[in-house]
Amino acid sequence: MGPGEGQGPGSGSGDGPEAGAAAMPRPMLRLDGATVRFGARAALDDVRLEVAEHETVCVLGPSGSGKSTLLRAVAGLQPLDAGRVSLDGRDLGGVPAHRRGVGLMFQDHQLFPQRDVGGNVAFGLRMRGASKAEQSARVRELLELVGLPGAAERNVASLSGGEQQRVALARALAPRPRLLMLDEPLGQLDRSLRERLVVELRELFHTLGTTVLAVTHDQGEAFALADRVVVMRDGRIAQSGTPLQVWQRPADEFVARFLGFDNVVPATVSGEAADTPWGKVPVPEGSPQGPGTLLVRPAGVRLTDPAEGLRCTVTGRTFRGTHVAVQLQPEGAPRLEAACALRDAPEIGTEAGVLFDAAEISVLEGAEDA
Amino acid sequence: MAVPVAFFGLFFAYPVAAILARGLRADGVWHFGRIADVVAQPDIRHVLWFTTWQALVSTALTLLIALPGAYVLARFDFPGKQVLRAVVTVPFVLPTVVVGTAFLALVGRGGLLDELWGVRLDTTVWAILLAHVFFNYAVVVRTVGGLWSQLDPRQEEAARMLGASRFAAWRTVTLPALAPAVAAAALMVFLFTFTSFGVVQILGGPTFSTLEVEIYRQTSEIFDLSTAAVLTIIQFLAVGAILGVHAWTVRRRETALRLVDASGTARRPCGAGQWGLLAGVLTTIAVLLVMPLAVLVQRSLDAPGFAYFKELTSDDSGVFLVAPVEAIGNSLQYALAATAIAVVIGGLAAAALARRDAGRLVRGFDALLMLPLGVSAVTVGFGFLIALDEPPLDLRSSWILVPLAQALVGVPFVVRTMLPVLRAVDTRLREAAAVLGASPWRVWREVDLPMVRRALLVAAGFAFAVSLGEFGATVFIARPDNPTLPVAVARLLGRPGDLNYGQAMALSTILMVVCAVALLLLERIRTDRAGEL
Amino acid sequence: MSTTKKFVAVAVGLGLVTLSACTSSDSDSGDGAAESRTVTLVSHDSWAASKTVIDDFEKQSGYQVKVLKDGDAGQALNKAILTKDNPQGDVFFGVDNTLLSRALDNKLFQSYQAKESDLIPPEYLVDPLKHRVTPIDFGDICVNYDKAYFEERGLTPPESFDDLVKPEYKDLLVTENASTSSPGLGFLLGTAAKYGDDGWQDYWTKLKANGVKVVDGWEQAYNEEFSGSAAGKKAKGDRPLVVSYASSPPAEVVFADPKPKTAPTGVAYGTCFRQVEYAGLLTNAENAKGGKALIDFLISKKFQADLPLNMFVYPMREDAQVPEEFTKYGKAAEDSETMAPNKIAKNRDQWVKSWTSLVLK
Repeated sequence: MGPGEGQGPGSGSGDGPEAGAAAMPRPMLRLDGATVRFGARAALDDVRLEVAEHETVCVLGPSGSGKSTLLRAVAGLQPLDAGRVSLDGRDLGGVPAHRRGVGLMFQDHQLFPQRDVGGNVAFGLRMRGASKAEQSARVRELLELVGLPGAAERNVASLSGGEQQRVALARALAPRPRLLMLDEPLGQLDRSLRERLVVELRELFHTLGTTVLAVTHDQGEAFALADRVVVMRDGRIAQSGTPLQVWQRPADEFVARFLGFDNVVPATVSGEAADTPWGKVPVPEGSPQGPGTLLVRPAGVRLTDPAEGLRCTVTGRTFRGTHVAVQLQPEGAPRLEAACALRDAPEIGTEAGVLFDAAEISVLEGAEDA
Repeated sequence: MAVPVAFFGLFFAYPVAAILARGLRADGVWHFGRIADVVAQPDIRHVLWFTTWQALVSTALTLLIALPGAYVLARFDFPGKQVLRAVVTVPFVLPTVVVGTAFLALVGRGGLLDELWGVRLDTTVWAILLAHVFFNYAVVVRTVGGLWSQLDPRQEEAARMLGASRFAAWRTVTLPALAPAVAAAALMVFLFTFTSFGVVQILGGPTFSTLEVEIYRQTSEIFDLSTAAVLTIIQFLAVGAILGVHAWTVRRRETALRLVDASGTARRPCGAGQWGLLAGVLTTIAVLLVMPLAVLVQRSLDAPGFAYFKELTSDDSGVFLVAPVEAIGNSLQYALAATAIAVVIGGLAAAALARRDAGRLVRGFDALLMLPLGVSAVTVGFGFLIALDEPPLDLRSSWILVPLAQALVGVPFVVRTMLPVLRAVDTRLREAAAVLGASPWRVWREVDLPMVRRALLVAAGFAFAVSLGEFGATVFIARPDNPTLPVAVARLLGRPGDLNYGQAMALSTILMVVCAVALLLLERIRTDRAGEL
Repeated sequence: MSTTKKFVAVAVGLGLVTLSACTSSDSDSGDGAAESRTVTLVSHDSWAASKTVIDDFEKQSGYQVKVLKDGDAGQALNKAILTKDNPQGDVFFGVDNTLLSRALDNKLFQSYQAKESDLIPPEYLVDPLKHRVTPIDFGDICVNYDKAYFEERGLTPPESFDDLVKPEYKDLLVTENASTSSPGLGFLLGTAAKYGDDGWQDYWTKLKANGVKVVDGWEQAYNEEFSGSAAGKKAKGDRPLVVSYASSPPAEVVFADPKPKTAPTGVAYGTCFRQVEYAGLLTNAENAKGGKALIDFLISKKFQADLPLNMFVYPMREDAQVPEEFTKYGKAAEDSETMAPNKIAKNRDQWVKSWTSLVLK
């Protein structure tokens, strides 16, 4: 796959087939030039996005990037100023939220405090006029599915955060929505619970064949959950692709920095080398030529003897569980972050030399502007 | 939104405009020059001056006397607190004609003060001021106390940990937090006393006259509609200004504070100082609020074997076409109808106002809803007569006119009670329901209603009590064969003879008991939120 | 948003239900068939009549009588004037001689000469050419005194206007605001009639110096300030002289339980001003024919005899029987002050204004 292929429509031509959707016959959800303005600011700016049946798409972006507005626009809670949303080929313009047949799980769950767990889960079924027997059967089924069997009578106020999340999920799933949308589904839970639930969710959606559109600001969550990741910035789509594509080849500096990469500098590429503030750096074969932006993944920063390569002072060490992130300050150049094994990490204050590994280096689109 | 606007347009703005036009329009031309003429009259200036200063002094006096009460009811926990809270609210919903009579019995000739110390306050301005305190004590206690009980005491504790003395902590933490509520309460009291009618008329004698009383005299007695129209406009402007400032302080209060559950902030009083304060407040309430009511009851029982009460059931008194006791049934029916109207109109208005995307125009309507409280009942009553006289709206002899007029007064209370609660309902909860397939109507029923049910009950209760006691407008439009309780009381007072007077007292007592019971029930379902009343 | 629209639609629906509810309830009083059979009397709150007498009239005339009591005398009149283009009834009863000019100037009534108007003493027929109003009853506004007070002190009760300014009656009299109270105005007019256009102000200066107390309404004066009435006793009223009606002493007896042998109060007959109440056919009356019949009825012997105990006034017809209570516990004043309605009309507002600044300010 060439470096240009993972580009989202927001930043590139965008009319080519989506990488993850290529295998799917037709999109279930389609946004076409969707635009929402709050005063002068555009929360959604000409967004084009497709979600195929059975696909799980995660919209990733910092707060204020417009990802929640995207969900609200699809749900019908936020009218569009321009563009259109269609589901199964049907234009949803003018269809009120309660007739769209999509599910939305809210960021902080929004369970109805005056109803018990069963009442919450059955709510959507009741709105659709399901019979009592049908409701209770479905409630039982779903509570079992989310791992809370027999919790129907419980008061929602007595639930823990994780349990509330499960009830909210069961409630959203109960009416069998065509599309399930999740707004920061795991946002408020603690880390271990989050990691466990994200796996459970992925398995669940896979089993049920649910089509899912989720938004999150947590890349780990997005990468773990999604078939495809969409990165948003200022109401536009910055990149779209599989988690691997996005991780390996961030579309631009913004995406790179959002993913947590700090070794990003302006560079001029000629052949298989680039001129950077850190000196000459090797780049992969076939990189775009001329002025550009260079990303060096921490794994691509190799520490050696101070005499070799770029000479740096070690200014900090952060333990990251599997590795240590080492902060390096070269003379007269931007800081560098290196990843190295526990035993290899140098002491703060010592000097080290840096060599670059072309395999962990990418040349990004666009000049540095962030 | 359209319905409340239409309601107020049709049943308030239009009649008032019609009566103003009758006074200021001749030969198709408005004569605004009349305004300058009227204002130039020394008598009128005297009225304006008196209206303003008595309202200022009444407000200051009410704050001074009621703030300790607000504190005690907010922060102290003691047996009978709920009953006490209901008791202090009873005067607020009692009809002025009853209160005026009762109050006269306390500070007037042969009243308690007279008997104990030979002090008489009737026909002095003191009687008016004290009666205003009597009426408005509840406004301060409920507005300020409601907020006070929800202020987090830990904030004051935090200040004390940082080295502030008890007083300094109160002054620097609690007082600024309370200030908007105090200001809102003060403005409300100012509004009520500025437009005071019954109290001034009964206790003030012919020498003291507020704008409202003067409007009544000019319209009803002297029949000088143009002077009345000018005075109405002046009062309208003044009330509009007061309401504007009030809306502003309320909005500040709603946004600025983080509140806690009221049930956790009160504790038993400890130490001589706090017990003393409690005793002082209880004494004040007993003397100022309970005593006049007690005198009323005592006078109603002042005949052997409940004779006055028994007499209420006989219909040969000639005062009415029916037995006075039927006034109770009429009152209840009217009040129920008025409550229904007020709850529907006020509820819709509150729902519209509570919307997050409510524009400036809509928020302006918030203040507008309060205007009926500040417009003379006689203006509205006469306005109804000349404005609603053509089919299909010839309502002049329709029973619905009474509940309509009463609802005008009830709506502001409904809005005031519902608004904070509705604003507190999380919009996303509604959205959650909508996404799950609930239509807007279902959303309201499934999400809003369960959450505001208690507030709705409280609002309905207030509207009911206020409608029950409404006198000014009702007396103009109630049909004689269907008098309400306050109207019946006034008519009975207007007849010579011991029996009539006793029956008036007995009916007043019944009215008071009904109001008190309604309020006690409300105390049980009081919302946790800081409503305004 | 569509959400709002729905909500409003529901709300408007509710509103329409409310409105249609009121219009439908309204229509039973106004449908064509009932109109000619119903005659509506607009009056003040003090209107009262025995049911049997009204029933008799309905039976004889075939009209259904509807009574609309519309506030006190002043209010009822003002409302009638405000609504005269589209009146609420056919006949108005209860405008008195002090306010008559207001009704006539505003063209409230149309002409009708009642059938038996020849039985009315001619001095009461104030509109002999046009017959726009028919006098129905009269009463006297007089100072009442507390009998017990004067007996206990061995003091003679006052008898005349002149007596009231004497030092022995200092601080004893309570009267009503002439601008807001009908007896208050009557008492003022009485003094004006007695002392003339120029003299009454002097008299009131003296009266003020002698401690007259002015309160807003008759209720307060009589039930609160006056020591002679039952209610006033209870309220510990301390003024033994009050401006009230000549018929108040009988009322004190009729409404007492148990009834006393004699009235506890008396009347100073030299302080009376005669108040006459009129009825008239309203200008745009829907049922003018029924209205005329009703006016005839008001002056009929049967109704006239029924009047006194219901409204505590004296019948206009000389041949109507005055009830025993009236003769036993009181009498009509023999030489009340009177004043021509047009003189009242000319001076009323100015007098009240002068009186207000003289006495109240």
